[in-house]
Amino acid sequence: MLQSIPLDYYLILSAVLFVIGAVGVITRRNAIIIFMSIELMLNSVNLSMVAFSAFSGDIAGQLFVFFIMAVAAAEAAVGLAIVLALFRNKQTVYVDEVNIMKW
Amino acid sequence: MMTLSTSTILFTLFAVGAVTTALLTITRKNPVTSAISLVAHFFMLAGLYLTLQAQFVAAVQVLVYAGAIMVLVVFVIMLLNLGREQQARERGSILRATAGIATGAIFVVLVVMALIGRPTGKAELDPAALQIGTAESIGQHLFTNYLFPFEAVTLLLLAALIGAVVLARKHQATEE
Repeated sequence: MLQSIPLDYYLILSAVLFVIGAVGVITRRNAIIIFMSIELMLNSVNLSMVAFSAFSGDIAGQLFVFFIMAVAAAEAAVGLAIVLALFRNKQTVYVDEVNIMKW
Repeated sequence: MMTLSTSTILFTLFAVGAVTTALLTITRKNPVTSAISLVAHFFMLAGLYLTLQAQFVAAVQVLVYAGAIMVLVVFVIMLLNLGREQQARERGSILRATAGIATGAIFVVLVVMALIGRPTGKAELDPAALQIGTAESIGQHLFTNYLFPFEAVTLLLLAALIGAVVLARKHQATEE
């Protein structure tokens, strides 16, 4: 028997981290910090995946974590390239100052 | 049960560390401080994965997130030279504060509802958890049952690679 912390604690911690990430996306205006908040949310989901995987003895959760990491890496590359292109064209990374798509 | 087991101590340590570093990440004004906090956060998460017997995921977490992705972020911060002179632009606004507080309030309601409901009460890892976290079992499943998603991910990474190069290069042809 592998005694452990109850599963509920891992899930609540995961929810706390997700909300911190969501609040970061809503309240910050620096594109790079918004990007880091998105990484926070992705990681909180990874935590609940690994917790479910360990508590149910199913490997699928841990394999999904690898796919999420691959998607996060792709997102990092493309997202940061967009930030670079944005800075080159508008000289800012603050999303409030980029409003040419608003009517 | 009031005895403090090792797993309780480790979980508390890593959980408090993870929440603290996450809060630091979204509250610091300087993007470099945020990035360093995020690296610390990834290490805390790797510790939590270890308490769940997921050794390989913990190792990859440190290598890919704390290593590769954060180097990319710090590199872009350096390239754009985001220093203190731009911090004044991140001014507070009532609307944004309200949105943040509302998100937090919805979350509190969510947790209270979850606590009122029946907890799973599961406090033991599955006996198979010791085997499934190793590199051997992960590799075996990744290259047999999950071969198609694996190949799809390689295509995704190739597309992201090309997309990043196209987006980030200078458009000299259009400027002339």
